[in-house]
Amino acid sequence: MSGASWRDHVGAIQRLAAQAGLEHDPVEFEAVPDSFMMEISVYGLPVRMPHWSFGLRYITQLIQHRMGHSRLFEVVFPGNPGHAYLAAGNSLAENVLVTAHVLGHADFSRNNLLFRRSQQQVGANIVEGAARHAQQIAQAIGEHGQARVERVLDAALALEQHVDTGQPLERPRFPDYAPPRAAPGDDGFRRRYEALGPDTGRRAPEPGRVRAPIPPRPERDLLWFVAQYAPDLEGWERDIFLAVREESFYFQPVFATQVMNEGWASYWHARLLREASFLPQDAYLDAAKCHSDVVRPWASGENVALAINPYHLGFTLWERIIEEQGVEAARRIMREDDDFGFVRNQLTRERAEALGLFRFRASANGEVRVAEHDLGALHEALLAPKYNFGAPAVAASRIAVDGSLELVHDHRLDGRGLDPEASTRVLEYLHRVWRRPVRLKTVDSRGHEIEMAVSAEAQPR
Amino acid sequence: MSEHGWYELFSRGARDWLRHNEKVREAVHQHLPELVANADVLEGGTRTVRVPVRMLEHHHFRLLRPGEQEGVGQGEGVRPGDRLAGPASPAGPGRGPGGREQGGMEFVLELQVDDIVDWLWDEMRLPNLQPRAGGAAEETDWIREGWDRKGARSRLDRRRSFRESLKRRASQAGAAQPAADGKPPPAFTDDDLRFRQLNRRARPATQAVVFLLMDVSGSMADADRKLAKSFFFWAVQGLRRQYRHIETVFVAHTTEAWEFDEARFFEVRGDGGTIASSGFQKVQEIVAERYSPSRYNIYLFYASDGDNALSDRADAAARLAQLRESASYCGFLEVSAAVQRHLTTETARLFRNSPGSGGAGTLGSFPVSRTEDIWNAVRHFFSHQQRGQESAS
Repeated sequence: MSGASWRDHVGAIQRLAAQAGLEHDPVEFEAVPDSFMMEISVYGLPVRMPHWSFGLRYITQLIQHRMGHSRLFEVVFPGNPGHAYLAAGNSLAENVLVTAHVLGHADFSRNNLLFRRSQQQVGANIVEGAARHAQQIAQAIGEHGQARVERVLDAALALEQHVDTGQPLERPRFPDYAPPRAAPGDDGFRRRYEALGPDTGRRAPEPGRVRAPIPPRPERDLLWFVAQYAPDLEGWERDIFLAVREESFYFQPVFATQVMNEGWASYWHARLLREASFLPQDAYLDAAKCHSDVVRPWASGENVALAINPYHLGFTLWERIIEEQGVEAARRIMREDDDFGFVRNQLTRERAEALGLFRFRASANGEVRVAEHDLGALHEALLAPKYNFGAPAVAASRIAVDGSLELVHDHRLDGRGLDPEASTRVLEYLHRVWRRPVRLKTVDSRGHEIEMAVSAEAQPR
Repeated sequence: MSEHGWYELFSRGARDWLRHNEKVREAVHQHLPELVANADVLEGGTRTVRVPVRMLEHHHFRLLRPGEQEGVGQGEGVRPGDRLAGPASPAGPGRGPGGREQGGMEFVLELQVDDIVDWLWDEMRLPNLQPRAGGAAEETDWIREGWDRKGARSRLDRRRSFRESLKRRASQAGAAQPAADGKPPPAFTDDDLRFRQLNRRARPATQAVVFLLMDVSGSMADADRKLAKSFFFWAVQGLRRQYRHIETVFVAHTTEAWEFDEARFFEVRGDGGTIASSGFQKVQEIVAERYSPSRYNIYLFYASDGDNALSDRADAAARLAQLRESASYCGFLEVSAAVQRHLTTETARLFRNSPGSGGAGTLGSFPVSRTEDIWNAVRHFFSHQQRGQESAS
């Protein structure tokens, strides 16, 4: 095993990182088998709740892995202490690189605003939190049976992107009653009107409390909304929704800072490696090769890719920023931005050109054409898949008197309507926990408004 | 990797994948008759059936696919207006913008014949089963019948299998350490598996013999014969699963009749004319020889294209009437792969017009022209509800 010798270098790398100004909480390193690495990447967490959809992702990944398409070196989880899992199959050189990479991530997750906020909310150790959820769900399966728990998870996990991290994790319900109407202000008209004497023909409005509409405005945190307001949701079902939501609060910043975060870690692994004079020469070369494999923009043997490698994009941007403005300026950006600000502010015309970035249009018949240069449009094309946690803008708009739920899709924000087939299936999942009719408004491909509805249990189970 | 050996036992990905497959199986369950009908179970002695199924999909809200998708790429020397992929050539692997493929993936699900039979025969019974003297007098109950190395996966006894595995590994480790190739013994082998032989259905307090009589004359086309054999296959599998004390007799006839053992029966083919009475007579002989009606419930299932020789009409009718005196049930499976028939053939008429006397057993007929009908036929003959009355339609 190369594990022993790799661990020998961890202390030295940490010293280098500290000298370079990286600030991170302690990290616990663990070498795990490749199969475990793969599961971490499938579940997003080392121990997570069971659901058949993860099995599907697992087998897909397994097949890709067998075909040699992907290789995982490390996965890091923020926290104090942080947890880093390294593939046991990594070579010594790879693990040295990976250790430095992990420290870059640990620096990022301790200092970046989104991460800090999410850790304040979710707690400093998501790994243990998720394991607790898994246990809680295993217990629910024991008590209520697999089928019932699965029904709840089908709905909750289908909505996992639909959270509002701008709101606190522990979020109070909406007020049940509308605030009492403020006493009418003092104005000339009202004084003259009242001087006419009491209005005898009309009964005075009864003073009393008025029920507030729920939700008062369209609510996009669907997981929270269902947990709070589903008419007949049982306690344990509510707990499952909240558990999924808590994990989403953890995943959201990971998603929203991917380019920055991977770029930051790649920058620091490259830089610390350059300074690692203690490494044997051949290990150094291996590590350098490994680095160039990770941050290369396109597959070997090609020189054009129709996708962006976030490692490469982030790495290059950070390299330029630090070159031109120094480490302190870079650290400030790292603390304050997410990918939206980062890409818009830092991906300048010169940098985009140097990177060879281009926008393309792929028509349905398979034709792919390069579009004209337009920096703003390039930014938007890069960021479009990242808005709203990558999910369409669907919000809960009303609970009708019969308890049925109305959802509305903001098609103007997304630029087009929802896929009716997939959406109907999601409504079916949702209906099984809402237990009242569920409706959703969106537009069809011609822009006409349509409504999808799922009511009676007429659907196949 | 022994320090991580524990991990293999608790693979979450594998666990959730198995659960996915279970759900697929549940879905497949509903389409089982069609799948079963098309499966090639008669070839070789396989105990499994392979059916292609779709992977399930867990849906999320998703936008309509736009006519034109925008993306960002990276490359050297790419200029606006360049065409990177033509409409004719579909984007090669790894180059397409992705997310374009519709629907889910397909994979092959391997179903155990035992499992299928369990599902299909859940509600099936032999019609008119009566207690007979000399039969093993057992009450209907939930009966455990010990363990076996073969069985439906649903009956896998995990605890016991694990114990077997422990025993084997302990003995292997003791015998040769380390093993010849330096690898630890495998965690599980097929020999370790133990299946509960737990009979959860009523067992007959009776003995029964089932005669499977097949017309193999020249008029029976290959497709007809296949229909008949598929029916017999599933019927025999089910009967064996359902009843412990059941005997099966295989008879084929053209103008004469022969008894076959099971393996040869499913391969037999003949030519020449059709004389049903020869088959009935053979069955009668075997009954007289080996299966006294006082000790056995007797069943006959006869598969034929129904083209019985007209000269045989009186003879066949007489033989059938005699058979009915001793049989609990006689069923006729009318196979006609070429044209769809509705029990209009000579033999169907024979069964319909057979005069019933007081003690005579029930008759039943069912037409089969497509593989999809086979399951309906099984249901028709063995379904719990129809044990009494029988109408020939």
